Amino acid sequence: MIEAFFNIDIMKAAWPIVLTGLWNTILLSLIVVPLGLLGGLILALLASIKHPLVRWPLMAWVDFFRAFPPLVLLVLLFAGLPFAGLELGGFACVAIAFFLNTGSYYGEIFRAGIDSVPAGQVEAARSTGLTRMQATRYVVLPQAVRNVMPDLLSNTLEVVKLTSLGSVVAVPELLYEARQAQSITYNPTPIVMAAVIYFLLLWPLVRLLSRLENRALAGRR
Amino acid sequence: MATNHIVDARAIHKHFGTLHVLKGVDLKVDERELVFIIGPSGSGKSTLLRCLNRLEEPSSGSIVVDGIDMLNPKTDINHARRRIGMVFQSFNLYPHMTALGNVTLALRKVAGKGRAEAEALGRAALERVGLAERADHTPGQLSGGQQQRVAIARSIALEPRVMLFDEPTSALDPELVGSVLEVMRGLRESGMTMIVVSHEMGFARNAADRVVFMDDGLIVEQGPPAAIFETPSHERTRAFIGQIQRH
Ligand SMILES: Nc1ncnc2c1ncn2[C@@H]1O[C@H](COP(=O)(O)OP(=O)(O)OP(=O)(O)O)[C@@H](O)[C@H]1O
Ligand SMILES: [Mg+2]
Repeated sequence: MIEAFFNIDIMKAAWPIVLTGLWNTILLSLIVVPLGLLGGLILALLASIKHPLVRWPLMAWVDFFRAFPPLVLLVLLFAGLPFAGLELGGFACVAIAFFLNTGSYYGEIFRAGIDSVPAGQVEAARSTGLTRMQATRYVVLPQAVRNVMPDLLSNTLEVVKLTSLGSVVAVPELLYEARQAQSITYNPTPIVMAAVIYFLLLWPLVRLLSRLENRALAGRR
Repeated sequence: MATNHIVDARAIHKHFGTLHVLKGVDLKVDERELVFIIGPSGSGKSTLLRCLNRLEEPSSGSIVVDGIDMLNPKTDINHARRRIGMVFQSFNLYPHMTALGNVTLALRKVAGKGRAEAEALGRAALERVGLAERADHTPGQLSGGQQQRVAIARSIALEPRVMLFDEPTSALDPELVGSVLEVMRGLRESGMTMIVVSHEMGFARNAADRVVFMDDGLIVEQGPPAAIFETPSHERTRAFIGQIQRH
Protein backbone atom coordinates (compact mmCIF):
# COMPACT_ATOMS: atom_id res chain seq x y z
CA MET A 1 0.00 0.00 0.00
CA ILE A 2 2.56 2.53 1.18
CA GLU A 3 4.78 1.51 -1.75
CA ALA A 4 1.96 2.22 -4.15
CA PHE A 5 0.51 5.47 -2.84
CA PHE A 6 3.27 7.14 -0.84
CA ASN A 7 6.39 6.02 -2.65
CA ILE A 8 9.18 8.33 -1.50
CA ASP A 9 11.43 7.74 -4.50
CA ILE A 10 8.63 8.46 -6.89
CA MET A 11 7.73 11.57 -4.93
CA LYS A 12 11.27 12.84 -5.34
CA ALA A 13 11.25 12.10 -9.04
CA ALA A 14 7.79 13.51 -9.68
CA TRP A 15 8.22 16.60 -7.54
CA PRO A 16 9.48 18.99 -10.25
CA ILE A 17 6.68 17.96 -12.61
CA VAL A 18 4.00 18.30 -9.94
CA LEU A 19 5.47 21.65 -8.92
CA THR A 20 5.15 22.95 -12.48
CA GLY A 21 1.55 21.83 -12.38
CA LEU A 22 0.96 23.66 -9.12
CA TRP A 23 2.36 26.87 -10.56
CA ASN A 24 0.18 26.58 -13.60
CA THR A 25 -2.89 25.94 -11.46
CA ILE A 26 -2.13 29.06 -9.44
CA LEU A 27 -1.44 31.05 -12.60
CA LEU A 28 -4.67 29.81 -14.17
CA SER A 29 -6.64 30.73 -11.06
CA LEU A 30 -5.06 34.18 -10.97
CA ILE A 31 -6.27 34.73 -14.53
CA VAL A 32 -9.62 33.02 -14.34
CA VAL A 33 -10.89 34.39 -11.00
CA PRO A 34 -10.39 38.10 -11.84
CA LEU A 35 -11.84 37.47 -15.32
CA GLY A 36 -14.91 35.87 -13.78
CA LEU A 37 -15.26 38.65 -11.21
CA LEU A 38 -14.97 41.28 -13.91
CA GLY A 39 -17.49 39.51 -16.16
CA GLY A 40 -19.84 39.05 -13.21
CA LEU A 41 -19.60 42.69 -12.23
CA ILE A 42 -20.39 43.79 -15.77
CA LEU A 43 -23.37 41.44 -15.93
CA ALA A 44 -24.67 42.62 -12.56
CA LEU A 45 -24.37 46.28 -13.52
CA LEU A 46 -26.13 45.63 -16.82
CA ALA A 47 -28.88 43.88 -14.84
CA SER A 48 -29.77 47.21 -13.21
CA ILE A 49 -30.90 48.44 -16.64
CA LYS A 50 -34.53 47.45 -16.81
CA HIS A 51 -34.95 48.08 -20.54
CA PRO A 52 -36.31 44.93 -22.26
CA LEU A 53 -33.64 45.13 -24.96
CA VAL A 54 -30.99 44.71 -22.26
CA ARG A 55 -32.94 42.57 -19.85
CA TRP A 56 -33.98 39.64 -22.00
CA PRO A 57 -30.68 39.01 -23.79
CA LEU A 58 -28.92 39.32 -20.45
CA MET A 59 -31.20 36.79 -18.80
CA ALA A 60 -30.77 34.39 -21.73
CA TRP A 61 -26.99 34.81 -21.56
CA VAL A 62 -26.76 34.13 -17.84
CA ASP A 63 -29.19 31.21 -17.95
CA PHE A 64 -27.44 29.67 -20.93
CA PHE A 65 -23.98 29.71 -19.43
CA ARG A 66 -25.15 28.57 -16.04
CA ALA A 67 -27.04 25.63 -17.52
CA PHE A 68 -24.17 24.64 -19.83
CA PRO A 69 -21.77 22.16 -18.19
CA PRO A 70 -18.40 23.93 -18.08
CA LEU A 71 -16.57 20.83 -19.27
CA VAL A 72 -18.76 20.60 -22.36
CA LEU A 73 -18.28 24.32 -22.99
CA LEU A 74 -14.51 23.92 -22.71
CA VAL A 75 -14.34 20.94 -25.05
CA LEU A 76 -16.65 22.66 -27.49
CA LEU A 77 -14.41 25.74 -27.60
CA PHE A 78 -11.23 23.67 -27.84
CA ALA A 79 -12.51 21.31 -30.52
CA GLY A 80 -14.88 23.66 -32.27
CA LEU A 81 -13.06 26.98 -32.61
CA PRO A 82 -10.33 25.65 -34.93
CA PHE A 83 -13.12 24.89 -37.42
CA ALA A 84 -14.09 28.55 -37.23
CA GLY A 85 -10.51 29.39 -38.10
CA LEU A 86 -9.48 30.22 -34.51
CA GLU A 87 -6.54 28.30 -33.04
CA LEU A 88 -6.54 29.49 -29.45
CA GLY A 89 -4.84 26.74 -27.50
CA GLY A 90 -5.93 25.14 -24.27
CA PHE A 91 -5.01 27.97 -21.94
CA ALA A 92 -7.02 30.61 -23.82
CA CYS A 93 -9.96 28.22 -24.16
CA VAL A 94 -10.00 27.65 -20.42
CA ALA A 95 -9.90 31.41 -19.84
CA ILE A 96 -12.81 32.03 -22.22
CA ALA A 97 -14.93 29.13 -20.95
CA PHE A 98 -14.43 30.28 -17.37
CA PHE A 99 -15.17 33.86 -18.24
CA LEU A 100 -18.49 32.75 -19.70
CA ASN A 101 -19.40 30.15 -17.09
CA THR A 102 -18.11 31.53 -13.80
CA GLY A 103 -18.81 35.09 -14.91
CA SER A 104 -22.48 34.18 -14.99
CA TYR A 105 -22.31 32.74 -11.48
CA TYR A 106 -20.38 35.71 -10.12
CA GLY A 107 -22.89 37.94 -11.90
CA GLU A 108 -25.83 36.41 -10.06
CA ILE A 109 -23.98 36.77 -6.75
CA PHE A 110 -23.16 40.43 -7.39
CA ARG A 111 -26.75 41.02 -8.45
CA ALA A 112 -28.08 39.54 -5.21
CA GLY A 113 -25.61 41.74 -3.33
CA ILE A 114 -26.73 44.88 -5.13
CA ASP A 115 -30.38 43.98 -4.50
CA SER A 116 -29.61 43.56 -0.80
CA VAL A 117 -28.67 47.24 -0.45
CA PRO A 118 -31.78 49.23 0.56
CA ALA A 119 -33.09 51.73 -2.00
CA GLY A 120 -32.75 54.47 0.63
CA GLN A 121 -28.97 54.26 0.28
CA VAL A 122 -29.08 55.30 -3.36
CA GLU A 123 -31.71 57.95 -2.62
CA ALA A 124 -29.55 59.49 0.07
CA ALA A 125 -26.55 59.49 -2.25
CA ARG A 126 -28.48 60.93 -5.19
CA SER A 127 -30.04 63.60 -2.96
CA THR A 128 -26.56 64.95 -2.24
CA GLY A 129 -25.86 65.21 -5.97
CA LEU A 130 -23.94 62.01 -6.63
CA THR A 131 -24.50 60.63 -10.12
CA ARG A 132 -25.96 57.16 -10.57
CA MET A 133 -22.47 55.86 -11.33
CA GLN A 134 -20.95 57.48 -8.25
CA ALA A 135 -23.72 56.18 -6.03
CA THR A 136 -23.12 52.68 -7.38
CA ARG A 137 -19.40 52.87 -6.95
CA TYR A 138 -19.08 54.52 -3.56
CA VAL A 139 -22.29 53.53 -1.80
CA VAL A 140 -23.87 50.41 -3.33
CA LEU A 141 -20.98 48.19 -4.43
CA PRO A 142 -18.95 48.29 -1.18
CA GLN A 143 -22.04 47.19 0.76
CA ALA A 144 -23.10 44.70 -1.90
CA VAL A 145 -19.71 42.99 -1.90
CA ARG A 146 -19.61 42.87 1.86
CA ASN A 147 -23.07 41.33 2.00
CA VAL A 148 -22.22 38.52 -0.41
CA MET A 149 -18.60 37.94 0.57
CA PRO A 150 -19.25 34.34 1.69
CA ASP A 151 -20.91 33.51 -1.64
CA LEU A 152 -18.13 35.17 -3.63
CA LEU A 153 -15.55 33.21 -1.69
CA SER A 154 -17.43 29.95 -2.02
CA ASN A 155 -17.76 30.47 -5.78
CA THR A 156 -14.06 31.26 -5.99
CA LEU A 157 -13.37 27.97 -4.25
CA GLU A 158 -15.37 26.16 -6.92
CA VAL A 159 -13.57 28.05 -9.66
CA VAL A 160 -10.15 27.04 -8.39
CA LYS A 161 -11.32 23.42 -8.21
CA LEU A 162 -12.68 23.67 -11.73
CA THR A 163 -9.29 24.70 -13.11
CA SER A 164 -8.52 20.96 -13.03
CA LEU A 165 -10.78 20.75 -16.10
CA GLY A 166 -7.89 22.33 -17.94
CA SER A 167 -6.23 18.87 -17.95
CA VAL A 168 -8.78 17.75 -20.52
CA VAL A 169 -7.49 20.23 -23.08
CA ALA A 170 -3.83 19.62 -22.22
CA VAL A 171 -3.29 22.71 -20.09
CA PRO A 172 -0.36 21.64 -17.92
CA GLU A 173 -2.04 22.42 -14.58
CA LEU A 174 -1.67 20.37 -11.42
CA LEU A 175 -3.89 17.42 -12.28
CA TYR A 176 -2.55 17.17 -15.83
CA GLU A 177 1.07 17.17 -14.68
CA ALA A 178 0.33 14.65 -11.96
CA ARG A 179 -1.20 12.29 -14.50
CA GLN A 180 1.81 12.79 -16.77
CA ALA A 181 4.06 11.83 -13.89
CA GLN A 182 1.85 8.87 -13.09
CA SER A 183 1.98 7.55 -16.64
CA ILE A 184 5.77 7.85 -16.67
CA THR A 185 6.28 6.18 -13.30
CA TYR A 186 3.40 3.68 -13.46
CA ASN A 187 2.58 4.65 -9.89
CA PRO A 188 -0.36 6.60 -8.39
CA THR A 189 1.83 8.52 -5.94
CA PRO A 190 1.88 11.73 -8.07
CA ILE A 191 -1.91 11.77 -8.02
CA VAL A 192 -1.85 11.52 -4.24
CA MET A 193 0.62 14.40 -4.20
CA ALA A 194 -1.73 16.47 -6.36
CA ALA A 195 -4.66 15.66 -4.09
CA VAL A 196 -2.72 16.75 -1.01
CA ILE A 197 -1.61 19.95 -2.73
CA TYR A 198 -5.16 20.78 -3.83
CA PHE A 199 -6.26 20.33 -0.25
CA LEU A 200 -3.46 22.49 1.17
CA LEU A 201 -4.18 25.14 -1.44
CA LEU A 202 -7.90 25.33 -0.77
CA TRP A 203 -8.08 24.58 2.93
CA PRO A 204 -7.25 28.17 4.06
CA LEU A 205 -10.03 29.42 1.80
CA VAL A 206 -12.44 26.90 3.31
CA ARG A 207 -11.49 28.00 6.82
CA LEU A 208 -11.92 31.66 5.91
CA LEU A 209 -15.30 30.86 4.38
CA SER A 210 -16.49 29.10 7.55
CA ARG A 211 -15.45 32.06 9.63
CA LEU A 212 -17.27 34.49 7.36
CA GLU A 213 -20.38 32.32 7.40
CA ASN A 214 -20.35 32.09 11.17
CA ARG A 215 -19.90 35.81 11.43
CA ALA A 216 -22.80 36.38 8.99
CA LEU A 217 -24.96 34.10 11.13
CA ALA A 218 -23.98 35.93 14.31
CA GLY A 219 -24.68 39.25 12.62
CA ARG A 220 -28.16 38.15 11.63
CA ARG A 221 -29.05 37.18 15.20
CA MET B 1 -39.86 83.82 -14.73
CA ALA B 2 -39.49 86.27 -11.87
CA THR B 3 -40.24 84.74 -8.50
CA ASN B 4 -39.29 85.76 -5.02
CA HIS B 5 -40.04 82.30 -3.67
CA ILE B 6 -37.10 80.00 -3.15
CA VAL B 7 -39.37 77.03 -3.83
CA ASP B 8 -42.11 77.47 -6.40
CA ALA B 9 -43.98 74.30 -7.30
CA ARG B 10 -47.09 74.57 -9.44
CA ALA B 11 -49.82 72.15 -10.40
CA ILE B 12 -47.81 69.08 -9.45
CA HIS B 13 -49.44 65.83 -10.49
CA LYS B 14 -47.99 62.43 -9.82
CA HIS B 15 -49.31 59.08 -10.96
CA PHE B 16 -47.95 55.69 -9.93
CA GLY B 17 -49.47 53.57 -12.67
CA THR B 18 -53.18 54.01 -12.20
CA LEU B 19 -52.78 55.52 -8.74
CA HIS B 20 -53.20 59.31 -8.76
CA VAL B 21 -51.13 60.39 -5.76
CA LEU B 22 -50.68 64.15 -6.26
CA LYS B 23 -53.65 65.91 -7.82
CA GLY B 24 -52.41 69.39 -8.60
CA VAL B 25 -50.37 70.70 -5.67
CA ASP B 26 -49.09 74.27 -5.52
CA LEU B 27 -46.44 75.04 -2.95
CA LYS B 28 -44.54 78.29 -2.65
CA VAL B 29 -41.96 78.77 0.07
CA ASP B 30 -40.22 82.00 0.99
CA GLU B 31 -36.58 82.27 1.83
CA ARG B 32 -35.92 81.51 5.54
CA GLU B 33 -39.45 80.14 5.93
CA LEU B 34 -40.17 76.92 7.86
CA VAL B 35 -43.13 75.11 6.36
CA PHE B 36 -44.68 72.13 8.09
CA ILE B 37 -46.61 69.56 6.08
CA ILE B 38 -49.06 67.35 7.92
CA GLY B 39 -51.70 64.93 6.73
CA PRO B 40 -52.93 61.34 6.95
CA SER B 41 -50.81 58.38 5.85
CA GLY B 42 -50.89 58.00 2.06
CA SER B 43 -51.95 61.60 1.42
CA GLY B 44 -48.81 62.19 -0.69
CA LYS B 45 -46.55 64.17 1.66
CA SER B 46 -43.44 62.13 0.98
CA THR B 47 -44.15 62.01 -2.72
CA LEU B 48 -44.42 65.80 -2.81
CA LEU B 49 -41.08 66.24 -1.02
CA ARG B 50 -39.44 63.70 -3.29
CA CYS B 51 -40.74 65.52 -6.37
CA LEU B 52 -39.09 68.73 -5.19
CA ASN B 53 -35.58 67.28 -5.64
CA ARG B 54 -36.74 64.94 -8.40
CA LEU B 55 -36.09 61.73 -6.53
CA GLU B 56 -39.57 61.16 -7.94
CA GLU B 57 -40.42 62.36 -11.43
CA PRO B 58 -43.65 64.40 -11.37
CA SER B 59 -46.14 63.46 -14.09
CA SER B 60 -46.80 67.14 -14.80
CA GLY B 61 -46.38 70.58 -13.29
CA SER B 62 -43.44 72.92 -12.79
CA ILE B 63 -40.88 73.16 -10.03
CA VAL B 64 -38.41 75.99 -9.59
CA VAL B 65 -35.99 75.85 -6.68
CA ASP B 66 -33.63 78.75 -6.08
CA GLY B 67 -34.18 79.92 -9.63
CA ILE B 68 -33.41 76.52 -11.17
CA ASP B 69 -36.07 74.87 -13.30
CA MET B 70 -35.94 71.38 -11.80
CA LEU B 71 -37.98 69.72 -14.54
CA ASN B 72 -36.09 71.13 -17.51
CA PRO B 73 -34.24 68.22 -19.12
CA LYS B 74 -31.29 70.57 -19.72
CA THR B 75 -30.89 71.23 -15.99
CA ASP B 76 -27.91 69.47 -14.42
CA ILE B 77 -29.96 67.67 -11.80
CA ASN B 78 -26.93 66.53 -9.78
CA HIS B 79 -25.75 70.10 -9.52
CA ALA B 80 -29.22 71.29 -8.55
CA ARG B 81 -29.58 68.61 -5.85
CA ARG B 82 -26.53 69.91 -4.02
CA ARG B 83 -28.59 72.96 -3.16
CA ILE B 84 -31.45 70.90 -1.75
CA GLY B 85 -30.67 68.92 1.39
CA MET B 86 -32.82 65.92 2.25
CA VAL B 87 -33.23 64.10 5.55
CA PHE B 88 -35.01 60.74 5.63
CA GLN B 89 -37.09 58.96 8.23
CA SER B 90 -34.68 56.02 8.24
CA PHE B 91 -31.52 58.21 8.25
CA ASN B 92 -30.02 56.27 5.31
CA LEU B 93 -26.46 56.75 6.51
CA TYR B 94 -23.84 54.75 4.62
CA PRO B 95 -23.09 51.94 7.09
CA HIS B 96 -19.66 51.15 5.63
CA MET B 97 -18.32 54.64 6.29
CA THR B 98 -17.58 56.65 9.42
CA ALA B 99 -19.69 59.66 10.31
CA LEU B 100 -17.02 61.86 8.74
CA GLY B 101 -16.94 59.64 5.65
CA ASN B 102 -20.70 60.04 5.30
CA VAL B 103 -20.41 63.79 5.48
CA THR B 104 -17.40 64.17 3.17
CA LEU B 105 -18.42 61.82 0.33
CA ALA B 106 -20.46 64.38 -1.61
CA LEU B 107 -18.10 67.20 -0.64
CA ARG B 108 -15.32 65.31 -2.40
CA LYS B 109 -17.14 63.66 -5.30
CA VAL B 110 -19.77 66.30 -6.07
CA ALA B 111 -18.35 69.57 -4.78
CA GLY B 112 -14.85 68.54 -5.86
CA LYS B 113 -13.09 69.45 -2.63
CA GLY B 114 -9.72 67.95 -1.80
CA ARG B 115 -9.45 65.55 1.13
CA ALA B 116 -8.14 68.06 3.64
CA GLU B 117 -10.69 70.73 2.81
CA ALA B 118 -13.56 68.21 2.73
CA GLU B 119 -12.56 66.89 6.14
CA ALA B 120 -12.35 70.37 7.62
CA LEU B 121 -15.81 71.21 6.24
CA GLY B 122 -17.14 67.81 7.34
CA ARG B 123 -15.89 68.27 10.89
CA ALA B 124 -17.40 71.74 11.00
CA ALA B 125 -20.75 70.29 9.91
CA LEU B 126 -20.56 67.57 12.57
CA GLU B 127 -19.69 70.26 15.10
CA ARG B 128 -22.88 72.11 14.16
CA VAL B 129 -24.99 69.06 15.03
CA GLY B 130 -23.02 68.51 18.23
CA LEU B 131 -21.18 65.37 17.10
CA ALA B 132 -17.64 66.57 16.50
CA GLU B 133 -16.26 63.89 18.80
CA ARG B 134 -18.14 61.12 16.97
CA ALA B 135 -16.49 61.79 13.60
CA ASP B 136 -14.74 58.42 13.50
CA HIS B 137 -17.68 56.30 14.62
CA THR B 138 -19.63 54.21 12.14
CA PRO B 139 -23.44 54.50 12.04
CA GLY B 140 -23.73 51.15 13.83
CA GLN B 141 -21.94 52.69 16.83
CA LEU B 142 -24.31 55.65 17.05
CA SER B 143 -27.79 56.01 18.55
CA GLY B 144 -30.72 56.75 16.28
CA GLY B 145 -30.72 60.39 17.30
CA GLN B 146 -27.01 60.69 16.62
CA GLN B 147 -27.41 58.97 13.26
CA GLN B 148 -30.10 61.41 12.22
CA ARG B 149 -27.91 64.32 13.27
CA VAL B 150 -25.07 62.93 11.13
CA ALA B 151 -27.57 62.71 8.26
CA ILE B 152 -28.40 66.38 8.81
CA ALA B 153 -24.68 67.21 8.86
CA ARG B 154 -24.26 65.31 5.58
CA SER B 155 -26.80 67.66 4.02
CA ILE B 156 -25.74 70.96 5.55
CA ALA B 157 -22.08 70.38 4.72
CA LEU B 158 -23.05 71.07 1.10
CA GLU B 159 -24.52 74.44 2.12
CA PRO B 160 -27.97 73.84 0.66
CA ARG B 161 -30.43 76.65 0.06
CA VAL B 162 -33.38 74.52 1.15
CA MET B 163 -33.68 71.51 3.42
CA LEU B 164 -36.36 68.85 3.08
CA PHE B 165 -37.19 66.67 6.11
CA ASP B 166 -39.36 63.58 5.73
CA GLU B 167 -40.53 62.51 9.19
CA PRO B 168 -37.04 63.01 10.66
CA THR B 169 -38.02 61.92 14.16
CA SER B 170 -40.63 59.20 13.65
CA ALA B 171 -38.11 56.34 13.71
CA LEU B 172 -36.60 57.57 16.97
CA ASP B 173 -37.18 56.52 20.57
CA PRO B 174 -39.07 59.35 22.32
CA GLU B 175 -36.10 60.32 24.47
CA LEU B 176 -33.94 60.88 21.37
CA VAL B 177 -36.39 63.09 19.50
CA GLY B 178 -35.42 66.25 21.39
CA SER B 179 -31.79 66.27 20.27
CA VAL B 180 -32.81 66.16 16.61
CA LEU B 181 -35.47 68.85 17.01
CA GLU B 182 -32.90 71.00 18.76
CA VAL B 183 -30.57 70.75 15.77
CA MET B 184 -33.47 71.64 13.46
CA ARG B 185 -34.30 74.64 15.62
CA GLY B 186 -30.67 75.77 15.37
CA LEU B 187 -30.84 75.46 11.60
CA ARG B 188 -33.96 77.52 11.52
CA GLU B 189 -32.35 80.22 13.65
CA SER B 190 -29.42 80.35 11.23
CA GLY B 191 -31.94 81.23 8.50
CA MET B 192 -32.26 77.92 6.66
CA THR B 193 -35.35 77.48 4.51
CA MET B 194 -37.00 74.24 5.62
CA ILE B 195 -39.90 72.06 4.49
CA VAL B 196 -40.71 69.52 7.16
CA VAL B 197 -43.10 66.58 6.98
CA SER B 198 -43.70 65.68 10.59
CA HIS B 199 -46.34 65.26 13.25
CA GLU B 200 -44.30 66.87 16.02
CA MET B 201 -47.07 69.34 16.93
CA GLY B 202 -45.16 71.03 19.71
CA PHE B 203 -42.27 71.78 17.41
CA ALA B 204 -44.63 72.96 14.67
CA ARG B 205 -46.38 75.25 17.09
CA ASN B 206 -43.33 77.17 18.21
CA ALA B 207 -41.03 76.87 15.18
CA ALA B 208 -43.15 76.73 12.04
CA ASP B 209 -44.15 79.82 10.07
CA ARG B 210 -46.83 77.92 8.24
CA VAL B 211 -48.59 74.58 8.47
CA VAL B 212 -49.88 72.88 5.33
CA PHE B 213 -52.53 70.19 5.65
CA MET B 214 -52.63 67.64 2.85
CA ASP B 215 -55.24 65.00 2.20
CA ASP B 216 -55.74 62.67 -0.72
CA GLY B 217 -53.12 64.31 -2.94
CA LEU B 218 -54.25 67.89 -2.40
CA ILE B 219 -53.48 70.77 -0.08
CA VAL B 220 -56.72 71.21 1.85
CA GLU B 221 -55.73 74.29 3.81
CA GLN B 222 -52.71 76.14 5.15
CA GLY B 223 -51.92 78.94 7.54
CA PRO B 224 -50.06 79.88 10.73
CA PRO B 225 -49.75 76.98 13.19
CA ALA B 226 -52.18 78.50 15.70
CA ALA B 227 -54.85 78.95 13.05
CA ILE B 228 -54.50 75.42 11.65
CA PHE B 229 -54.34 73.73 15.05
CA GLU B 230 -56.97 75.73 16.92
CA THR B 231 -59.39 77.00 14.31
CA PRO B 232 -59.13 74.86 11.19
CA SER B 233 -61.74 75.77 8.63
CA HIS B 234 -62.15 72.35 7.02
CA GLU B 235 -63.84 69.36 8.61
CA ARG B 236 -61.10 67.01 7.36
CA THR B 237 -58.40 69.14 8.99
CA ARG B 238 -60.33 69.26 12.24
CA ALA B 239 -60.77 65.47 12.25
CA PHE B 240 -57.08 64.89 11.53
CA ILE B 241 -55.84 67.35 14.19
CA GLY B 242 -58.20 65.81 16.70
CA GLN B 243 -56.85 62.37 15.86
CA ILE B 244 -53.17 63.15 16.32
CA GLN B 245 -53.76 65.21 19.46
CA ARG B 246 -55.46 62.27 21.09
CA HIS B 247 -52.19 60.35 20.85
N1 LIG C 1 -42.95 54.13 -5.66
C1 LIG C 1 -44.29 54.00 -5.51
N2 LIG C 1 -44.98 53.16 -6.29
C2 LIG C 1 -46.32 53.03 -6.16
N3 LIG C 1 -47.05 53.68 -5.26
C3 LIG C 1 -46.42 54.54 -4.44
C4 LIG C 1 -45.01 54.74 -4.52
N4 LIG C 1 -44.65 55.64 -3.57
C5 LIG C 1 -45.79 55.99 -2.95
N5 LIG C 1 -46.86 55.35 -3.44
C6 LIG C 1 -48.25 55.50 -3.04
O1 LIG C 1 -48.57 56.85 -3.11
C7 LIG C 1 -49.43 57.22 -2.04
C8 LIG C 1 -48.83 58.38 -1.28
O2 LIG C 1 -47.65 57.95 -0.66
P1 LIG C 1 -46.73 58.89 0.22
O3 LIG C 1 -45.60 58.08 0.68
O4 LIG C 1 -46.42 60.13 -0.52
O5 LIG C 1 -47.72 59.23 1.41
P2 LIG C 1 -47.38 59.96 2.79
O6 LIG C 1 -48.36 61.07 2.91
O7 LIG C 1 -45.96 60.29 2.86
O8 LIG C 1 -47.77 58.83 3.83
P3 LIG C 1 -47.06 58.44 5.23
O9 LIG C 1 -47.57 59.39 6.26
O10 LIG C 1 -47.54 57.06 5.48
O11 LIG C 1 -45.58 58.52 5.01
C9 LIG C 1 -49.62 55.97 -1.19
O12 LIG C 1 -50.84 55.38 -1.55
C10 LIG C 1 -48.48 55.12 -1.59
O13 LIG C 1 -48.82 53.74 -1.49
MG1 LIG D 1 -44.33 59.58 4.02
